[in-house]
Amino acid sequence: MTKTIEEINKRIKEGKAVVATAAEIIDIVNQKGLQQAASEVDVVTTGTFSPMCSSGAYFNIGHAKPRIKLGGGRAYLNDVPAYTGFASADLLIGANALPDDDPRNKIRPGEFNYGGGHLIEDLVAGKDVRLEASAYGTDCYPRKKLETLININDMNQAVLFNPRNAYQNYNVAVNLSDKTIYTYMGILKPRLGNANYATAGQLSPLFNDPYYKTIGIGSRVFLGGGVGYVAWYGTQHNPDVERSEGGVPIVPAATLALIGDLKQMSAKWLVGTSMLGYGSTLTVGIGVPIPVLSEEILKFTTVTDDDILAPVVDYSGDYPQRKPDIIAEVSYGQLKSGIVSIKGKQVPTASMSSYSKALEIAEILKKQIQDGGFLLTQPVAPLPGADSCSSFKPLNERPFV
Amino acid sequence: MVSRKIVLHFPSRLVDQPIVYRLIKEFDLSFNILKASVIPNEEGFVLVEISGEQDNYDRGIKYLTKTGVKIEALSQNVLRNEERCTHCGACVNVCPTGAFEVDNETRRVAFIDEKCIACGLCIKACPPRAMELHF
Repeated sequence: MTKTIEEINKRIKEGKAVVATAAEIIDIVNQKGLQQAASEVDVVTTGTFSPMCSSGAYFNIGHAKPRIKLGGGRAYLNDVPAYTGFASADLLIGANALPDDDPRNKIRPGEFNYGGGHLIEDLVAGKDVRLEASAYGTDCYPRKKLETLININDMNQAVLFNPRNAYQNYNVAVNLSDKTIYTYMGILKPRLGNANYATAGQLSPLFNDPYYKTIGIGSRVFLGGGVGYVAWYGTQHNPDVERSEGGVPIVPAATLALIGDLKQMSAKWLVGTSMLGYGSTLTVGIGVPIPVLSEEILKFTTVTDDDILAPVVDYSGDYPQRKPDIIAEVSYGQLKSGIVSIKGKQVPTASMSSYSKALEIAEILKKQIQDGGFLLTQPVAPLPGADSCSSFKPLNERPFV
Repeated sequence: MVSRKIVLHFPSRLVDQPIVYRLIKEFDLSFNILKASVIPNEEGFVLVEISGEQDNYDRGIKYLTKTGVKIEALSQNVLRNEERCTHCGACVNVCPTGAFEVDNETRRVAFIDEKCIACGLCIKACPPRAMELHF
């Protein structure tokens, strides 16, 4: 049994598509068998809602009168510095950007209460923000100073553009040292006091299509409450890694670069986030529909938390020193039970990623497809696959000659 | 049956009144004093866990209010902003009293405010800053 995207889209348009979430499909296939389920189910929806640091947005703010050339100047939105290396009215802000006067980690752990992620949330929520800019002045762009309130609705374009999202698997972070540490994986208590993890497990998009047979460049996705697209493979995309029997990578592997119109998105699914002692970031909601084109593709979506292994890494020593050591491997099933056994110790777990919100996203996407409001896309190019010989290179420092 | 931790502030004129005695005797409430400072002629406070039938509890609180005792619910000192909470679960191991519990079925995080001792550790540990300290 095979289907095409066109056939599935025809059924979506007729309001007849059968859609299940990546959580529901497990039982459906258990009950009906792979063959029958593959003929009945058209789409499996996935979801994830997690802090994703490589997220950002770019804006065209419209031209001031008289004109000002922001390119090469300086610009701040609510005190958060924007990148001004583009043309006169284009600005870029990353989720980790911080106001110049933020105390950062001067007194540890720093709080990072407002940064680029929070700014993006405020803009999406429709709040006015302060734009302050200075420029050097030219014959055609004479102005040197600009101070104004600005709203996302005033902007010509506001585009969410995330160079690295939806990591396929991630480290479980622990602390083997004798003092508490503050990381992007949360607060880690000394001597294996806790273990923090960060993916939605069986609901997470790339766990359900581990060889990227349906997800590719151009795929339409749920992004931040609106519609987005896979723009490219994400930075640090590293698919050529060890995998379990079912094909799921056992270490961080593929990533996605995502893009979409920020104006359609919602502050419910783009949440400014503060990691104590680490920095500001953005929690991003993503949902990817997987067309059931074959039994093989359906089989991949039946992956369960017990099938997925994650590497346990020491964030007090090995991670900062870039040592490749993995202390242990644990399954998401174990992680979700609340306790994992590491080095013979029973360690309580916590998630940095919201499974309940990931499920909500998978349900929303399911409803949108059932209602005919979300059509699937054929990727225009594949993501580099597991046999691509791609590699994740470290930085080898070389002295200036 | 209800059991609540509350803070009672006694104005100095009430410090020598047998208020707790009347609560026990007339309203059949049981008391567990967790922290207290009562000095003659000064304002006193008692952090207390009061248990009893809902009806008796409500009448007892009414009596306290009437006599001029100011009441604060301890659990109201730390509140969760439900709109900001993303139910990620970053708080669950930060809390020393286990006031956050993940529901196994829904994976939503419950804030059990009866367990909260208002230490405030969750406030800055919460990534979306959903936990708020109110005085």
